[in-house]
Amino acid sequence: MFDLYWTTARTAVMVQLQYRMANYFYMIGMIAEPIIYLVVWSTIAAAQGGEVGGYTPGAFAAYYIVWTLVRNMNIVFTPYGWEWRIKHGELSAALLRPVHPLHFDIAYFAGWKFVVILLWLPLAGLLALLFPPTLHPTWLEVVVFCVAIWGAYLIRTMFLWLLGMVTFWTTRVSALYELYFACELLLSGRLVPMALLPAWARELAWFLPFQWTFGFPIEALVGQLTPHELLLGLAMQLLWILVGLGLVQLVWRAGVRRYGAVGG
Amino acid sequence: MSVLRLAYHYLRIGALNELQYRINFWLQLMQSAVALTVGLVGLSLVFYHTTDVAGWSRAELLAVMGVHILMGGLIGALIQPNMLRLMEDVKQGTLDFVLIKPVDAQALISVREIRLWRLVDVLVGMVVLGVALVQLGETLQLLALFAFGLALACGAVMIYSFWLILTSVAFWVIRVDDMINLFEGIYAAGRWPVGIYPAWLQGLLTFVVPVAFAVTVPAEALTARLDSSTLALACVLALLLFLLARLVWRTGLRRYGGASA
Repeated sequence: MFDLYWTTARTAVMVQLQYRMANYFYMIGMIAEPIIYLVVWSTIAAAQGGEVGGYTPGAFAAYYIVWTLVRNMNIVFTPYGWEWRIKHGELSAALLRPVHPLHFDIAYFAGWKFVVILLWLPLAGLLALLFPPTLHPTWLEVVVFCVAIWGAYLIRTMFLWLLGMVTFWTTRVSALYELYFACELLLSGRLVPMALLPAWARELAWFLPFQWTFGFPIEALVGQLTPHELLLGLAMQLLWILVGLGLVQLVWRAGVRRYGAVGG
Repeated sequence: MSVLRLAYHYLRIGALNELQYRINFWLQLMQSAVALTVGLVGLSLVFYHTTDVAGWSRAELLAVMGVHILMGGLIGALIQPNMLRLMEDVKQGTLDFVLIKPVDAQALISVREIRLWRLVDVLVGMVVLGVALVQLGETLQLLALFAFGLALACGAVMIYSFWLILTSVAFWVIRVDDMINLFEGIYAAGRWPVGIYPAWLQGLLTFVVPVAFAVTVPAEALTARLDSSTLALACVLALLLFLLARLVWRTGLRRYGGASA
């Protein structure tokens, strides 16, 4: 199993290193979004006498620069790809292999992430020059962050797999996806740090996996979380990975049975 | 044959084609509704913490959002699909079929495609704009309305010219699909008045990607912030950018090899 992961991840690294420019264009297109949020909230913080919801313009800069890395860690096999997978028989080939196709996705995208992190570093440097961040992480925070981005990656892999597998039953899925992504955008800490949401929305977010994939990893590095909160966050990530994994197994079994019925 | 009549017929056929797929209307409506909700929630979050952003009140920012959605609908329905098809044609060599026709090639490539259902966003944008204007409680003068229309038209011409220049780059580097992402990312910046951005970004949004003229200036016309010199500048720039786009297109066309070459 280790061999499978190692080889797939290495293949991904080599493939993606060939498409450096395409990868870069994609990343540059992506940074417009956090810059917009950053500018809007920095303007408001400045107008409110230096801070809003505990964030100074420098803290916002730190938040949204780290955001760009976490956003990249959140990119996994897209649910839109499932239709293609099923229609083009890709899945049939994957089913013939002796291991669960989930392993392949996890390994491939994990390998890709190493390329992404490498390409991200100069971009982060540039952003830090343009928007000076206030960032003084402790060693514990750095360690938790490095673990949490992979936790985020795994949670999102599970949940987008779940979403993608809806395609086993119907292909009219775009509306559902849009709705899911909208909820995710609002309740994950992607649009604004969780501290800026109204109390009821924060409470709602507690029962959902979203904030553990986005807000938590960022706050682990830039926020003022206590060691207790940091460990609690990691525990919540583990919990959601397990919940996601369980659901994936359940839906996958039902879905594959259905897939066989369609093809046979 | 007049170019306008040609455009009319192309758009009519394109629209008829799209009308076959009614379900896409509902999907688009759903998509627009989700996007609008996210936009409104974003706006309320901002005003949950403050009463104005860089001198713009809530209703005024709602008006900016309305223009942004409206213009986004126009771009998505009329400009972008044509440019994507042009990119594909240059890559495949099928632009030949356009060049052998006895009309101006630029006119032809600009009217071949329409995504009818994206026009839903034009309606949504108008509704949002209407609500914003009621909230502002200003009586609209005919002059302001005229200035708004003119600014909007200038903005559309600028975005069209910008897209044509971008697409013409395909004559040299073939692969420009990634630019769409880039454009959409930058266009999203127009959701807020460009005045709030740092100076270097304002320059970029005004003179490189003309988002400022496409969204902020028309919104200024409706919220009584526009002076006539800005409007005049918009007209001049729209004309210049259009001429530049034509020049780049023609230079690029000379490099085009064709399918059989």
